[in-house]
Amino acid sequence: MLTFIVRRTLWTAVVMFVITVLVFIIFFKTPGVDPARAIAGRNPSPQVLAEIRAQLGLDRPLYVQYGVMMKKIFITRDLVSYSNQGTKVVQEIFAAAPATLSLVFGAALIWIVMAIVMGVAAARLRGRIYDPILMVLALVGLSAPVFWVGQVVNLITQGSLHSSVFSWLPPLGYTSFTTSPVLWFEGLIFPWITLSILYIGFYARVLRANLLEIQNEDYIRTARAKGLSERRVLVRHTLRTSMITFVSLFGLDFGALVGGGAILTEVVFGIHGVGFLTYQSLTNLDLPTIIAVVIYGAFFIVLANALVDIGYAWIDPRVRPT
Amino acid sequence: MASPLLEIRNLKVSFRTEDGLVRAVDGVSVSLYEGETLGIVGESGSGKSVTMMSVMRLITDPNAQFEGEVIYKGANLMAMSQDQIRSIRGAGIGMIFQDPMTSLNPVYKVGWQIEEQIREHEKVSRQAARDRTVELLTAVGIPNARERIDAYPHQFSGGMRQRVMIAMAVSCNPDVLIADEPTTALDVTIQAQILSLIKKLKQDFGTAVVLITHDMGVVADMADRIAVMYAGRIIEQGTQRDLFYDPQHPYTWGLLGSIARLDRPRPRRLAAIPGLPPSLMRLPAGCAFGERCAHRFDRCSELPLLLDRTGTGHLDACHLSPQQKQDLRDRTIHPELVEERP
Repeated sequence: MLTFIVRRTLWTAVVMFVITVLVFIIFFKTPGVDPARAIAGRNPSPQVLAEIRAQLGLDRPLYVQYGVMMKKIFITRDLVSYSNQGTKVVQEIFAAAPATLSLVFGAALIWIVMAIVMGVAAARLRGRIYDPILMVLALVGLSAPVFWVGQVVNLITQGSLHSSVFSWLPPLGYTSFTTSPVLWFEGLIFPWITLSILYIGFYARVLRANLLEIQNEDYIRTARAKGLSERRVLVRHTLRTSMITFVSLFGLDFGALVGGGAILTEVVFGIHGVGFLTYQSLTNLDLPTIIAVVIYGAFFIVLANALVDIGYAWIDPRVRPT
Repeated sequence: MASPLLEIRNLKVSFRTEDGLVRAVDGVSVSLYEGETLGIVGESGSGKSVTMMSVMRLITDPNAQFEGEVIYKGANLMAMSQDQIRSIRGAGIGMIFQDPMTSLNPVYKVGWQIEEQIREHEKVSRQAARDRTVELLTAVGIPNARERIDAYPHQFSGGMRQRVMIAMAVSCNPDVLIADEPTTALDVTIQAQILSLIKKLKQDFGTAVVLITHDMGVVADMADRIAVMYAGRIIEQGTQRDLFYDPQHPYTWGLLGSIARLDRPRPRRLAAIPGLPPSLMRLPAGCAFGERCAHRFDRCSELPLLLDRTGTGHLDACHLSPQQKQDLRDRTIHPELVEERP
C-alpha cells in the first residue's frame, strides 16, 4: 500500500508539472497574447510597454518566468494578479474555494441519491411504462444545458414568482456557512439542483444499464438460490457490484467540479467560487490567476483520480494489490 | 414405495418470444425419493436445466409462463408466495450451478457468502455461522479452511470454487440438492473429485440429489434412477440398470451408442445421432424424435406417452413394442457386435 501511495504521489507531481508547463506555454507564448499590452491600456508608448515588461519580468527568458511564477505560487504565495493589481492570487483562490466546495458537495449528494433512486427504480420497473418515462426524464436532464436551466430557474425564483412562492429566497450570491447557515442553504438550494440535474440524468442511465447487466450474472442467480430476499439481492449483490462503475465515474466528475468545473453554474447564480474566478480571469486574460486556477483544478482532478483508485480497490477485491 | 420428497407434476414452461412460443418444458412429471440420486440427462436445450430452475422458481424472465405443480413436503412450490419459496430455497433445497467461475459474487469473501445463507435461514450468531462455515469448507475438502474462509473467489481455482458452491448449497442441511451440470466447466480430474464429493455428502447427510448432466458417464457413476429428456419431454425413465442394460427408447440407444467404451472392441467410428433436435417453437405433432429415428413407422405421427410398456416400472415414450425394441436395439448401439455375429 505504501509503494502504491508513493508511486501515486510521484505520478501526481509529474502530471502537475506537465500541466503547468503546458498552460504556461499556451498563455505566454500564444501569438497575439501580450499581457503588457493588456495592462498598459490604449495606445501605449513603447517605453511604457518596456517598463511594464521589465516590471512583470516578461523580458526575461521563458524558463525564468516559469520558475519565478511557480516560486510565487508555491513558496512565497505572493503571486499578484495582472488585471487586479494588489490582489494576491493564491489567497483569492483559497477564499473562493469554500463556495465551490459547498456548491459541489451539495450537488453531489443530491445527484448520487437521485441517480441511485431513479436508476434502481427504472431497472426494477423494467418492462413497465415507468422505466421509459424515467429514462426519458433522465435524457432530458442530461440534454438541458446548465446555463439555460440556471437562467430559467432564476427567471422563476428571482423573477415572476419571487414576490409570492419564493419570497424567502435571498438574492443571488453566496453566503458562507459561518455567517449564516440558513442563508447558506437558501442561497445554494437552486444552484445545487441546477448543477445536479445533468449528473442525475447521466448517472441514472448508466446505473440502470449496469444493474440490468448484473441482474443476469450467475452470482445473482446464486444469491436468489440461497433464499435471500429480493431487497437483499438488489442492495447487497446487484447494487454493490454496480458501484464499481459508479464510483469511478463519480470520482472523476467530482474532482473536475471541485477543481472549478462548475463555471457555468457559478456564473449564472453569481456564486464567487473557483469557477467564477476562472471565468473572470479568462475574460481579463489575467495570466497569473489562470495559471493558479489551472494548477488548483489539476490538483483536484489528480487527487480524485488517486481516490478513485483507492476506492476501486476497496470496492473490488480483484484489483487490490496483494 | 414411500411418498416422494419432491414431485413434479406435468410441468410446462414456455417463453414468449418475438418469433412465437418456445415450449422449453412440455409436460414433465418426475419424482425424487428420499436419499436417492436422480439423474436427468439430455442434450443442450432439452429442458433439463429449465425444469429444475422452475422448481426453484429461479426463472425471472417476465416472458416465461408456467403450468403444473411441484410438490415438496406436501406444498405446491409453484403456487407459493415469494416469501414462502425463499424459505425453501437454500434451506430445504440447495442448488449447485454449472459455472463455478461466475457463480460466486466476486466482491465478497467466500466465507461471508456462505454465512450469509446460513444467517438468512437460521437464527444463529455471526460466530456460530462462521464456525459452521469453517466446518463446511473443511468437509468439502478446502485445505486451511480457517484461513481460506477470508479469501475472495478470484483467489480460488475453478474446482475449489465449485467446492465452495457445494459447501454453500449444503450449508443449511437441505433434503434436496439440485446439481445443474456441476462438472461441465471443470477439468476431467477435478470432475471426478467433485462427483465423489457429492456422493460422499449424499451418504453423510442423506440428501437426495437431482443431477442434471449431458454426460452419460456421470449418471452411470452417480444416479440411482435416470430420466432422459428430449425436446422438453421425458422420453425414458427408469433405474440406472434399466437405462444402461435395457434401454427402451431409440434416442437413449443413440446416446449410449455414442459413448466410447474401453471394455468393447473399438468401433471404426463412434455412432452419432443424425440430424438436430426439433425447434421448440414448432414441435412435431407426433414423436419429437421421429425425424431422426431410424425405426420410425406410421404410429410415430401420433404423440407417444411416457408409459410403462415393459411392466417393470421402466417408463418410455416409444410406440415400438418391447419385443421390437429388443431386436432393433443391439443393431443401433453396437453395430460392430451385430456384424461380427455369425
